[in-house]
Amino acid sequence: MINIHSISFAYSNHSPLFEDFSLDISRGETWAILGPSGCGKTTLLYLLAGLRFPSHGRVVIDGEQIVRPRPRSGLILQDYGLLPWSTVRENVELGSHVRKFYGEDGKHAPISFQPENNAAHWLERLGINEVADKYPSQISGGQRQRTAIARTLALEPDLLLMDEPFSSLDAITREDLQDLTLSLCMEKQLTLVVVTHAIEEAVTLGKKILLLDSALNRRARVFENPNAGDDDYRGSQHYQELCNLLRREMQHEAA
Amino acid sequence: MKRRDVLLASVALLVIWQIMAMIVNLPILPQPLEVLRVFFRELRKDMLIHFAVSLWRVTAGMALSVLVAAPAGLAIGGSGKLNRFFSPFIYLLYPIPKVVLVPVVILFLGIGDVAKIAILFLILFFQILVLVRDQASGLAPQLIQSLRSLGAGRRALFRFVYLPASLPAILTALRQSIGTAVAVLYITELSATKYGLGYYIYYKGSTLLDYPAMYAGVIAMSILGLGMYFSVDWLERKWCKWKFVS
Repeated sequence: MINIHSISFAYSNHSPLFEDFSLDISRGETWAILGPSGCGKTTLLYLLAGLRFPSHGRVVIDGEQIVRPRPRSGLILQDYGLLPWSTVRENVELGSHVRKFYGEDGKHAPISFQPENNAAHWLERLGINEVADKYPSQISGGQRQRTAIARTLALEPDLLLMDEPFSSLDAITREDLQDLTLSLCMEKQLTLVVVTHAIEEAVTLGKKILLLDSALNRRARVFENPNAGDDDYRGSQHYQELCNLLRREMQHEAA
Repeated sequence: MKRRDVLLASVALLVIWQIMAMIVNLPILPQPLEVLRVFFRELRKDMLIHFAVSLWRVTAGMALSVLVAAPAGLAIGGSGKLNRFFSPFIYLLYPIPKVVLVPVVILFLGIGDVAKIAILFLILFFQILVLVRDQASGLAPQLIQSLRSLGAGRRALFRFVYLPASLPAILTALRQSIGTAVAVLYITELSATKYGLGYYIYYKGSTLLDYPAMYAGVIAMSILGLGMYFSVDWLERKWCKWKFVS
């Protein structure tokens, strides 16, 4: 589904983050991108989202080269993604308002997009119906992130991109939302790419884990994690072993 | 702020005025009751016309500045390029006290309402421009990115992010500049007009030496300023509900 073809990327006046870097992601897979701060993991996500562009190479999703945000990719950021002046309900409806604003032109919205109001369904599904008429400043961090997820899923995406989505939440809420995310991905057969600096989160969410280097990334280092998403996976020995392995890799790299 | 407190404060100010008038005991400081009596008498005569003319001038000046400065501020704040180009100009022009341009504007635009409105515009324009620009350029990039990922292009970003985000800035700018606007209105009405509260106050006080009527004019001008202040508050409560939730 996603083909990253030997891309290079550098911010101006910084050393390059990627050079001749390639990666393939199949439909329905759940991927975690793990790495220390500044390794380029958010940049890679923005390249997939069409918010940044490689200097060489190309990012192709569903056969089309990414030159702008793709209507069927949903992006969820750590914070600040909700409009503070809109209620939870208005925030969830936002995507469909934006699409109605342009009409189904295939550029900002898919040609086949039917502007139906499915906000009610997603408010219900994410359990935020009770706070639907409150503003983001009035609800908890977990509810805010649920709102962001509802807003994105209301647009019926096939690819979900998340940047440190749960890092500002407490442990219980975080695990809760991780499980919810996985079950939603299964339910809607979404492809998931989640960026995180937390090893446990990567191992919980990603059936495949891409470990990025703080130095230049040329080769994709991928760790298989086929049991992610299983019941009680967090308590299993496999989970612990993979966490330890990744921790050693990251420490080795930092040294 | 509670309404009751505002009312109590007004009563307290009237009492202080009363005491001072009794101590000073001169025609140039009449007692509040006397002034209120004259105020209602003058209302039935021509003061309403003066009030209406002043209200028109200051409202026109404000409306014009919002209509020009808010979109300009949005455009400049929303684009790094425009911001880099215009910022030095704004930096130089913003601190110039625009009141000193009154004679220049009158020379160019004549003595009618246009010149008076233009001066108000000059003053308010920069206040609103700077506040809206800063608001627009200070928006969290995450907010912009997530809107773009929902499919928003430049036009939708303005409609769904920049405009609602700047509304409080526009209202704050208006609130901050009401005092200045009314003060400048007074100055522009001192010359080259036969209408407006500025003219009225000056004429009653300096030409007719009718002090109670002069104070009645001062009260009318205060009501004008307060009324505008309350209107902005009301609009903010109506349009920016999210700022008042807890």
